[in-house]
Amino acid sequence: MLIDNANLSEKSALAARTAGKAIDPSTPLTRLSFASLQDSLFMNSELSKQQPAMTVQQLNLFYSEKQALKNVDMVIAKNRVTAFIGPSGCGKSTLLRCFNRMNDLIGNCRIEGSIEHEGINILSPQVDVAQLRRQIGMVFQKPNPFPKTIYENVAYGLRLQGINKKRILDEMIEWALHASALWDEVKDRLHESALGLSGGQQQRLVIARCVAVQPQVLLLDEPASALDPISTLKIEELINELKKNFTIVIVTHNMQQAARVSDYTAFMYMGELIEFGNTRSIFTNPQKKRTEDYITGRYG
Amino acid sequence: MVPSKPNVHKQTVAPLPLSQLQGVASPLSPIKLAPFTQWIKNGTPWIWFNAGAVAICLLMVLGLLGLIAVKGAAHFWPKAIISLVYEVPGKDSQSLLGEVQAKETISRKRLEESGVNVDDHPQEFFQRWQLKVGNRDVTGLDFIWVVDEFTQQKQYPENAVLIERREWGNFYGFIEQIIQDGKPLEMAESEFFKQLQPLLVRANQLQKKIHKIEVGQMGAINYQLEQLRLKSKRLQLEHRQTPQALAEIAQQQQQLEKQYLLLHDQLALLAAQAERDQVKVKTVSGNSKTLSLAKVVAIYQPNTFSLWQKIHFYAAKLVELVSEQPREANTEGGIFPAIFGTVVMVLLMSILVTPFGVITAVYLHEYAKQGLITRIVRISVNNLAGVPSIVYGVFGLGFFVYFLGGSIDQLFYPEASPAPVFGTPGLLWASLTLALLTVPVVIVSTEEGLSRIPKSLREGSLALGATQFETLCRVVLPMASSAMMTGLILAIARAAGEVAPLMLVGVVKLAPSLPVDFNAPFIHLDRKLMHLGFHIYDVGFQSPNVEAARPLVYATAFLLVSIIAVLNLSAVILRNRLREKYKNLEN
Repeated sequence: MLIDNANLSEKSALAARTAGKAIDPSTPLTRLSFASLQDSLFMNSELSKQQPAMTVQQLNLFYSEKQALKNVDMVIAKNRVTAFIGPSGCGKSTLLRCFNRMNDLIGNCRIEGSIEHEGINILSPQVDVAQLRRQIGMVFQKPNPFPKTIYENVAYGLRLQGINKKRILDEMIEWALHASALWDEVKDRLHESALGLSGGQQQRLVIARCVAVQPQVLLLDEPASALDPISTLKIEELINELKKNFTIVIVTHNMQQAARVSDYTAFMYMGELIEFGNTRSIFTNPQKKRTEDYITGRYG
Repeated sequence: MVPSKPNVHKQTVAPLPLSQLQGVASPLSPIKLAPFTQWIKNGTPWIWFNAGAVAICLLMVLGLLGLIAVKGAAHFWPKAIISLVYEVPGKDSQSLLGEVQAKETISRKRLEESGVNVDDHPQEFFQRWQLKVGNRDVTGLDFIWVVDEFTQQKQYPENAVLIERREWGNFYGFIEQIIQDGKPLEMAESEFFKQLQPLLVRANQLQKKIHKIEVGQMGAINYQLEQLRLKSKRLQLEHRQTPQALAEIAQQQQQLEKQYLLLHDQLALLAAQAERDQVKVKTVSGNSKTLSLAKVVAIYQPNTFSLWQKIHFYAAKLVELVSEQPREANTEGGIFPAIFGTVVMVLLMSILVTPFGVITAVYLHEYAKQGLITRIVRISVNNLAGVPSIVYGVFGLGFFVYFLGGSIDQLFYPEASPAPVFGTPGLLWASLTLALLTVPVVIVSTEEGLSRIPKSLREGSLALGATQFETLCRVVLPMASSAMMTGLILAIARAAGEVAPLMLVGVVKLAPSLPVDFNAPFIHLDRKLMHLGFHIYDVGFQSPNVEAARPLVYATAFLLVSIIAVLNLSAVILRNRLREKYKNLEN
C-alpha cells in the first residue's frame, strides 16, 4: 500500500533507464512512455489502479544554487484530491507551482526532470504556457479577486478565450458560481465590486473564476489558510464537490484539513518527497519516522 | 534527580533584604522626572515644531494668493475722479484731474533732495498721492505724484468723465459738445452724458461688425488665397502645371478676390458710418479735443456711480479681462488670447506626454530586464526632472524647431519656402518641449503605480491563462491609471507655470491669431501663441507704461494660478474617480 521513498526513486530511475529515453525537460512535446513506468512505480499501491492526471519524474528544482526540490517522483490521480503537507519551506508550494509553470515567473529558477500531463511533458519550452494554465488552474493562498465586478471576475478567463457573447457568458458564469457554491449568495449582486465580498466568499469567487474556464486540474495553494473556520469548512465542502469533475491538488499546513479532504497525501521535507500514499494510511500508519514525527506534532 | 529542584527554587526566590530593594524602581511605580525633561521626553515640543512649520507654510501660500488676488482684483473697482489744484512753492500752479491710485508717506529729506521747497511746512513726513491723469496724447504722462500738503480745492466734479479709448489710454475730462455729421447737436450740458450712451452703443456695434469682417471673413479669404498660392507653387515644383489646373486656381483666386473687394467696400461703408458721431471734450486745463466715437470703448461718470453701478462696472471689467483682445501693447483690454493659448498648450502637452511617459514606464517596469542598464536609464530619467527648463527651451529650439521643423518644411512644405511653416517656433514645438520637460514626472509616478499593484493579482491573471500582455492590458494598466493621473497632475502643474523655455519655442508677446479657429484644419500647430506666464513678464517688464500695467500683472498672475488650479483640480477629480473604481487590495 505505502510506498517506500527510497525504493520508489530507485525504481523510477530504473524505469527511466529501461524506458530507454532520457528524461529531459527540453524533450520537445514527446509522448514519453509512462504506462509501464506507472505500473512499476506503484505495483502494490492502490494508486496504481487510478488513472493518472499528472506524472512527475525525477523533478529537481534549483533557485540559483539552492536546490528546492530533490528527485521528486509522484503520480497525481485523476478526479481525486491529493494533498501536500510538510513544514514551511519544504517545497510543497514550489512543487505545486511547477504543475502550471508559475515558477517561470521567477528569474533564476531552473527545473530538471519531467511532468507529464496528457502525454505531454509540460516542462518543455515548446508548451504554450497560457494554454497550459487554462487546463491547469490555480487558486492562491490569499484571495485575489480583480478590482472588477463579480460577474467580470468570473468572466475574465472566458473573455481571454474570446468568449464574449453575453448569453454564453451568463450561462457559464452561473454554472461556475453554482459549482463553487457561491451562486445563492451573490446572484443578486453580480454587477457589484468583488472587493465587497467577505474573505471566504472572495476565495470561492476565485475558485469559481478558475472553474469557469473548465480546467482539468485545480491547484489549490493553502486555499483556506487566510480564512475563518466557517469559511474554511465551506471551502472543504466545495473541494469534496469539485473532485467529481476535477483533479485537485491542495497544499495545506493544516493536517486535519489534509486528512478530511484528501484521498492521497504526500509528506515533503527539505525538498524531498518523504512519503506518499493513501491519506488514511499516512495518518494512521506512517511508514517513515519523519512522517510520524510531523503528523504527531513533534516538529514542523 | 527531580527532588533537588524545589530546593534550588526556594533559594533563588528568597526575599532580599529591604535595604537592597530601596533605590530600585519598580516597573509599576511612576518614575519621577523633572517637568521639563518629561515635556521633552513625551514629544510635545516636536509636535508643536511640526505644527508650526505646517502653519507657516500655509500662511505663506495663503499670503501669496491673497496678495495677488487683492492687488489684482482691486484694480478693477471704479475709483472716484478727483480734481485739484497743485501748487508747489516756487512753481506754477496746475489743475489736475484723475484717479487716486496709491498713497504713501515720504520723509522730508527725500522731498528736499528732489528739489522741493518745503520750508513752509515744519512736519517730518509728507503724504504723497499717485494720480492717474491719463490724457497721454495731451500731457504725455499717464501718472503723476502729488504731495498732499501742496494741493488745494479738492473736488469730485459730478460731470467729470472717464473715456476709455482704443488708442492712447484713458481720457479724463469734461464733455463739451456732441457732433453728428460735423454739426454740433443742441442740448443742455446735463444731457450730454445720457445722450451719448445710445450713440456709443451704435458705434461699438459697428466696430464689432468691422472686426468680425476683418478677422473672420477677410481672414478666411486671406487664408484661402494663401492656400491657393501655395497650391499653385506646389504644382509648379512638382511639374504638374496643366493649364486646366492653373485655370481652376486662377478662377478660384478671382472669385475670392471679388469677394474680398466686396467686403472691402462694405468695410469702408461701415467705417464711414462709425465715424459719424464725434464728441468734443476738454481737459481740466482747458485743452479741447475731438474724439471719434469709433475710437471710444466706453464713457463713464465715476463720480455719480451708485454701489450697484460700481458692481456692474467691476463685473464688466472682469468679463472684459477674460474675454477681450489686448490693446495698447498689452497694457489694456483683455488677455483672452493668453488664457486660450495657455490652456490649449497645456492640453496638447498632456495629450503628448501621457502616452510617452506611460509606455516608457511600462517597458521599464514590466518588460525590461532589471539590470545595470535599466538602473542607469531610471537614474537618468530621474535626473532629467532636475534639468533647468531653459535648457529644454534651447534643446527645443535647436532640435524641434530648426532640425525637425526644418526637415518637415523641406519634405512637406517646399512650396512655402522661403517662409517657414514648422521651421519656426509654434504651438506644436512649445507643447512638445513642455512634454519633454515633464515626461520624467509621468514616468516616475507611473512606475510607482505599477510597483504598487500586488503580485498576487498579476499571478491570478496569469494563472487563468492570460499572457503577460493580456494581464497588463486588463488588470495592471487599469489599476495603475490613478498613478498615471497623478503623474499628469504633476506634469500640468509644472508645465503650466513654465515661461523660460516657451520664449524660445513659440510664445510671443502678441499673436496675430488664435491657434484654433474655423479655417480647416482648425488646430494650427504651426502658429505662435500667447501665454499667461509670458504675458506677466512682458507686461511687467517690457511694457512702455509699467505703472499702468502693474495691476494687470497681478490680475494675470491670479488668473494663471486659477487656471492651473482648475486644470489640476479636474485631473484630481478624475484621478479620485479612478482610484475609487480600482481601490485595490493593498493589504
